[in-house]
Amino acid sequence: MKGPGRSGLTLDEKLIFEHSDPGRRGYSLPPLDVPVASLPPELTREEVADFPELSEVDVVRHFTRLSAWNYGVDSGFYPLGSCTMKYNPKVNESAARLPGFSEIHPLCPENLAQGSLELMFRLQEALGEIAGFPAVTLQPAAGAHGELTGMLIIRAHHEAHGNPRRKVLIPDTAHGTNPATAALCGYDVVPVSSDGILTAAAVAERMDEDVAALMVTNPNTLGLFESEIRKICDIVHERGGLVYCDGANLNALLGIARPGDMGIDVMHFNLHKTFSTPHGGGGPGSGPVGVTGELARYLPRPVVVREKDVYRLDYDRPASIGRLRSFHGNFGILVRAWAYIRTLGGEGLRLASEMAVLNANYIRSRLEGTYHLPYEKRSLHEVVFSDRDLEGDCHTLDLAKRLIDFGYHPPTVYFPLVVKGAIMIEPTETESKETLDEFCEAMLTIADESRNDPDRLKNAPVRTRLRRLDETGAARNPRLKWER
Amino acid sequence: MRYIPHTPDDVRQMLSVIGVDSVESLFAEIPEDVRLQRPLDLPLPLSESELLRELAALSSRNDAARTSLSFLGGGAYNHFIPAVVDHLISRSEFYTAYTPYQPEISQGTLQAIFEYQTLICQLTGMEVANASMYDGASACAEAVLMAVRAGRKGRVLLSRALHPEYRETVRTYCRYLDVELVEIPFGKDGRTDRLALEREMDAETAAVVIGYPNFFGVVEDLAALGEVVHAGGARLVAAVQEPIALGLLKSPGELGADIVAGEGQSFGIPLSFGGPYLGFFAASKRDMRVMPGRLVGETVDLDGRRGFVLTLATREQHIRREKATSNICSNEGLCALMAAIYLSLMGKAGIREVALQNFSKAKYARERIADLKGFSILHESPTFNEFAVHADEGAAAVLLRLQEKGILGGLALDRFYDEMPDNFLVCVTEQNSRGEIDALVEALKGGRE
Amino acid sequence: MEFPEELKYTEEHEWVLVEDDVATIGISDFAQDALGDVVFVELPEVGTVLDAGKTFGVVESVKAVSDIYAPISGEVIEINEELPDTPELINTSPYEDGWMVKIRMSNPAEAEDLMDAEAYQEFIEGEE
Repeated sequence: MKGPGRSGLTLDEKLIFEHSDPGRRGYSLPPLDVPVASLPPELTREEVADFPELSEVDVVRHFTRLSAWNYGVDSGFYPLGSCTMKYNPKVNESAARLPGFSEIHPLCPENLAQGSLELMFRLQEALGEIAGFPAVTLQPAAGAHGELTGMLIIRAHHEAHGNPRRKVLIPDTAHGTNPATAALCGYDVVPVSSDGILTAAAVAERMDEDVAALMVTNPNTLGLFESEIRKICDIVHERGGLVYCDGANLNALLGIARPGDMGIDVMHFNLHKTFSTPHGGGGPGSGPVGVTGELARYLPRPVVVREKDVYRLDYDRPASIGRLRSFHGNFGILVRAWAYIRTLGGEGLRLASEMAVLNANYIRSRLEGTYHLPYEKRSLHEVVFSDRDLEGDCHTLDLAKRLIDFGYHPPTVYFPLVVKGAIMIEPTETESKETLDEFCEAMLTIADESRNDPDRLKNAPVRTRLRRLDETGAARNPRLKWER
Repeated sequence: MRYIPHTPDDVRQMLSVIGVDSVESLFAEIPEDVRLQRPLDLPLPLSESELLRELAALSSRNDAARTSLSFLGGGAYNHFIPAVVDHLISRSEFYTAYTPYQPEISQGTLQAIFEYQTLICQLTGMEVANASMYDGASACAEAVLMAVRAGRKGRVLLSRALHPEYRETVRTYCRYLDVELVEIPFGKDGRTDRLALEREMDAETAAVVIGYPNFFGVVEDLAALGEVVHAGGARLVAAVQEPIALGLLKSPGELGADIVAGEGQSFGIPLSFGGPYLGFFAASKRDMRVMPGRLVGETVDLDGRRGFVLTLATREQHIRREKATSNICSNEGLCALMAAIYLSLMGKAGIREVALQNFSKAKYARERIADLKGFSILHESPTFNEFAVHADEGAAAVLLRLQEKGILGGLALDRFYDEMPDNFLVCVTEQNSRGEIDALVEALKGGRE
Repeated sequence: MEFPEELKYTEEHEWVLVEDDVATIGISDFAQDALGDVVFVELPEVGTVLDAGKTFGVVESVKAVSDIYAPISGEVIEINEELPDTPELINTSPYEDGWMVKIRMSNPAEAEDLMDAEAYQEFIEGEE
């Protein structure tokens, strides 16, 4: 059996500053071919104190060794729920590095950037088709940035209608970014409780003329489809409100159902989740936003438009909420997402969602009965268990750490908050049956261990270079940089 | 489909374990009336070779990438990127990982960010730096929000010489918050008007944001402005759009900045038509607990060995929800890694030398253009690697003329400043040889023939 | 878990010790246990006037954060200076070394509305 027992060579590595040796150099510049100029001394600094001094080899070896301490999708199964850790195709990386894309300045004249603008235009159209929105902006840099964009648009709509309203309804299963975003737009958050799914009745009870919007995630963070969504949207619309959809879980719906057709008014996409762009150790992502035709006028400036066969950036949008960053978006990420959509096509995207949902349900079936399943409705792309049935005083955290010993990245833990000790598993479509079987075996073994040998969980991980880290100490006495 | 491993047999077996007879039935909870009843209308799929051909053709429609002579800056800069940077960030252990939630298997990302935070502190002269934000403009907006929160005051002054897109971003972020934004004019020397700043300071002012260097490449007298800001009890925010300057200029921390927010694209990140870039953000220790964004801290494991973790997470949205310091979730981790690698390669001597080359070459260009008939330099103050030029014939005409000769001569300033139809911003980096600068000067002359 | 008889308790899990017109305030054993290892405490300055029911401070653990609500109105006359540097006192000694603030009550009658130890224990059993 595969599992604990595998090990590799891991080398110790100091901080880059501790490698430093005065006089070493890791760069080359051409000789200065103009006279050396000098600034007035009162403007000039000393050399940057304690900056590293290393050769190129030192730097290469340092970061190569650090990389070996990381676990990525290419290392193994990474079922981090809500993050859609699918395979990141290599050809997308090549595409983004084409010099015509990577070396172009964002402020160059538009007639010299037609390739970039066309790609952006075509991606806007494709995302609009996939999610059912007539207008899309590519500007936001990440999902939370897209959320901010979307909620600002909603507020702008209400302002234009004479009353900004005061409240935003957010279900208890929501991502933390939802309430944080609503607050940034000047709204009070009103939680709506749900029992697995949000009911039209629960929304109707909270809905009034002072509610600007409902923020939903569909499928929600329990991996369940909000089956009353259409009715819910009607209820919100009847009282003049709008519905925002957090698109984090769009990977369940490609080619199957479109948020725009459900009555959603605004939605953000996460290109780094659904459209296979790499997560980069925490970014860069990209968070385009789709809106209804009525809301298109509020989109951030600029928007890419086509006039005959010429593409240009349209800045002349008086109702726009403005811009949320410099330039036009995380273009390098847009290239990767476009390459993905072009590779899969409509049918391939649908197949991706189908297999993602099949994989999640397969894991669910194999683990149900051993692990407690708090919500029994049919799962879509992810499944949430709890630690209730672990024994030996073992909890979700212990399970997560033990999974590391088996060679897996743990699932998302302790989220959503409505499930005590939540274990949120999202396999994605790029994982094979063999991978899922091995993972399920590990999960079942760990459940056994909790009964027979709970210390194996409590002490885990034991196969990593470091054991569990003291997070309490880190927070009590923060050391956030190296000092000599 | 090569990214999806399922064989028909796998699917059959899996369905039978699940106990349903078709994939379709897994979607039973989605009501018919919200289903898409047709295939998605997207172009047909491409093989890998077809895709590369199509994208190569599309990228070649970007004629600007082939125009070798470029003097464009304005917040994104053409600096040399050592080959090492792309090779190292292409290690998929880095780029296919996510946020380091599980520190035992994320020490690579965590240590690299810790090193990045340290490098940013050293360069900016500040005590604490976060793990990065989206870009310079959004980092600047987050700095404004933080100053408002920490100072419990609602008025913020923005220098009109601050990057116009940064100002617009700040306005968007503050659109529906109780924050009053006031712009402070700049003088004929291109520096923020200190007397105007004094007049506008009041007890309600939470922060003053100054570009350093500012949008016109001008090196502001940050210390003098800081005195005014601090006398009024506000925070001084230095917004750095070209951080290579920090290799040569006194650090904002040394000059009294309370928050430094900036754009890190210059540190090894490709121009890539505007993103992904890197927002860096640094502050003083007293503001540590109201900072936005992720922070990596040093700690030990159970055996006492040094390691790194995400820390002070209670500031963030996933715990504090609507009371969080920001709604930001992901950062620009891979771009922060690029910056850490770039800065490690450049090191103490390299960051100085590259800054000096930028400054010297820009100064050479500035002096040569100043000598041209029909042209003058708009601002007298010292500038770093950008400067604004006045052209008697008008900026648009000059730039078009240069473009016809295959030169991107700079950025027309009337796009951002109505009163500047005759002005454009010229940027010179270490990538521009003396021969190129001379070619620019010759081409500029050409207009009067 | 201990709930000393001489203290009064709130539904937000603060405790109050009333001595003449001075009230000492902290968080209960139940609250510290639910939070886990406390890493940071934010307290008001001496002289701040607190309104009953309003937040006046924050307690943080690694993964949770909790506002502290004033059980009683009054002016802060002393704060526990030890807490910022040794927040773990809240875990190790919630009722003694881990006290947070002392206030001079402006309306001592408010104390009568608070729960006694027995009522508080019933309350938290209902919460669990």
